[in-house]
Amino acid sequence: MTKQDPQTMPRSAVTEKIELGLAKRHRRENIFRAFGLTAVIFGFILVFFLLFDITSKALPAFHQHWVKVDVNYSEKSLRYAAGDNLADLSYRNTLRKSIYETFPEVKARRDKRQLNGLFSSNAEFAIKEHLIANPDHLGTTQPVWVRVDDDVDVYLKEVEKLGEPLVRIDQKEAQWIKTLVDNGAIEKRFNIEFFTSSDSREPELAGVRGALTGTFLTMIVTLVLSFPLGVAAAVYLEEFAPKNRWTDMIEVNINNLAAVPSIIFGLLGLAVIINLFGMPRSAPLVGGIVLTLMTLPTIIIASRASIKAVPPSIREAAMGLGASRVQTTFSHVLPMAMPGILTGTIIGMAQALGETAPLLMIGMVAFIVDVPSSFTDASTVMPVQIFLWADSPERGFLAKTSAAILVLLGFLFLMNASAAYLRRRFESK
Amino acid sequence: MFYKTLIGLGLATLATSALAEGRDTISVVGSSTVYPFSTVVAERFGKATEFATPKIESTGTGGGMKLFCAGVGIDTPDMSNASRRIKASELEMCKANGVKEVVEVLVGFDGIVFSNAVGSPNIEISLQEIFLALAKEVPNPNGSESLIENPYKTWNEINPSLPSYKISVYGPPPTSGTRDAFAELGLEGGCKTYDWIKALKKSDKNRYKSICHSVREDGAYIESGENDNLIVQKLTTNPDAFGIFGFSFLDQNSDTLQGSKVNGAFPTFEGIADGSYPISRPLYFYVKKAHVGKVPGIIEFLTEFMSEDAIGQEGYTTDKGLIPLAPERLDALRTSVLNLESVQL
Repeated sequence: MTKQDPQTMPRSAVTEKIELGLAKRHRRENIFRAFGLTAVIFGFILVFFLLFDITSKALPAFHQHWVKVDVNYSEKSLRYAAGDNLADLSYRNTLRKSIYETFPEVKARRDKRQLNGLFSSNAEFAIKEHLIANPDHLGTTQPVWVRVDDDVDVYLKEVEKLGEPLVRIDQKEAQWIKTLVDNGAIEKRFNIEFFTSSDSREPELAGVRGALTGTFLTMIVTLVLSFPLGVAAAVYLEEFAPKNRWTDMIEVNINNLAAVPSIIFGLLGLAVIINLFGMPRSAPLVGGIVLTLMTLPTIIIASRASIKAVPPSIREAAMGLGASRVQTTFSHVLPMAMPGILTGTIIGMAQALGETAPLLMIGMVAFIVDVPSSFTDASTVMPVQIFLWADSPERGFLAKTSAAILVLLGFLFLMNASAAYLRRRFESK
Repeated sequence: MFYKTLIGLGLATLATSALAEGRDTISVVGSSTVYPFSTVVAERFGKATEFATPKIESTGTGGGMKLFCAGVGIDTPDMSNASRRIKASELEMCKANGVKEVVEVLVGFDGIVFSNAVGSPNIEISLQEIFLALAKEVPNPNGSESLIENPYKTWNEINPSLPSYKISVYGPPPTSGTRDAFAELGLEGGCKTYDWIKALKKSDKNRYKSICHSVREDGAYIESGENDNLIVQKLTTNPDAFGIFGFSFLDQNSDTLQGSKVNGAFPTFEGIADGSYPISRPLYFYVKKAHVGKVPGIIEFLTEFMSEDAIGQEGYTTDKGLIPLAPERLDALRTSVLNLESVQL
């Protein structure tokens, strides 16, 4: 538009035609904007709903009820004789006797069994640890806090009125629980063990530490292998390789590889890495290598795109000043392409983080209690842990599953945040 | 960047060199149905003894057998869980690969239930009616010995005493062991109540199997993934639907779900144990005898597994839904297992 006053301007036929169509074009633009905005809002609502749903389901998992048992560490019930090793005593017997002393009215065998069922199966090991830590408590009665059984825990979290039967707790058990609560022998505590203990078949004992460590180890292997390999491949193909039929074929194949279902990589891992090279099953090292195969195409494609986006003038300027091709690439092109490469890497790693299918073939879908301490120890990863818990019949695992999803999301968030930080540093250079 | 590659390569070499060492963890593979029971024993074993907790993979029965029979040596598993008995072909494969002696352990039983939400009518159904409701092709109702595409849309078309709503059943997909067992015991059990179909078993085995094991695909049977918990949740939100899943899930959700009476028996602990409930299957695991003594703790693990505390009448695996063996049968089994007697088919 010029600065002339439109009122005094002679209206040409063209202008009139434009003005006629103007309303329609405005309407189209508005409709498109509305569509875009709706899409964004819709996405946000979905994400919000998802997070809300998971979080609300996960919350119960962060608390655990504990019950106080007055353990009578009598030498008789422990079947202790002077000089015995404290680790080999009869703790189950002692625990049961102590429980029966709390509820002297319970006589029938079946009732006793139900009563014992209120306490976590871990309780006998807990009172054992207590005595080993305090050997002078031998022969005395000590209050020891142990976890309640998962059924009791679920009951206490869901019940509206104490003493009423619910889920797997019947009338009798509900009354016992009520007595315990009334006596102040039941406490709700923050479930720190969820982060410090490993998988267990008892929901009240299960934690994510083993799977989290496994994920961490696997991701390190994946990153250490896929990042340098991916970037090197991309740099070579983009900056050094001649453009001919061979490189075209390689390019097509890399693109195809990105679309291969991940379970295929698992089969490859089983056939080549485990059977041919004889690496151990279930190891984060093997998992990392398999996930590297899966991540590589993503990193290569993203890196090539971002190297291609570096303006040729940068290369020409560097070359013009006498830099070699290697110097040009490593001192000028790569640093400028780095933010894009990091984005590609993080997308690839995020994909790898959520994979279970390829890991099934190489034995990482497994019940593993011990926390892995090296790259060759047996371990699982977070998505596998979520899958295994989601598949368990016990009620207590419902909340644990959601809680584990939250932990996995947290892990992903940390990974993304560190990538964003690195990107920022490269961009500011 | 280059030194990162170096680190990577170094790491790989380091790992390969560490492989020569032995293994001190028992390695178990196999059925996802036995997994919940096997893991609970393993966890106890790990806590109560100085041995490492066994590693238990959930690979499915067939996949587990393949790994188990791949050979002898520390890079192969020591035990394999199975939700059915080992096949002769699998045992041959084992022998061909040097796994000469295999010890069979019968752990107990598992029931498959036909269930709906509490609040809906608790029905009584026969295996034949289940077959008529779910098979792809059913015998012509006019009595001739021919098959027609399954015409039944509602339950009361099959039997007037059944509810009048649409047939809609959530169940496991064909890849699941639960589905195999359900097809074999449930559908086939109903299918062979027709004499002329039963006669086919001898004359045309493939046809017999395809009639008895094919499930309808017109939407009445809804495949719901391997995850039984999903089926449980769908039933609670859909009172007109039925579900097919393992007994332990019914046991854990007895406040929201009820099991249907099948052939006159409720799916209860006792009914499955004494065999009056018709859809139940035995659960096994198999031990590689050559590994005993090579991998530490195998005998001790078997002793724990065979103990009264674990799989006895009131053992801790029964809390997880395993149906135990009769006491005298367990005693006999315990002796033969701990003597490491090889399986004979």
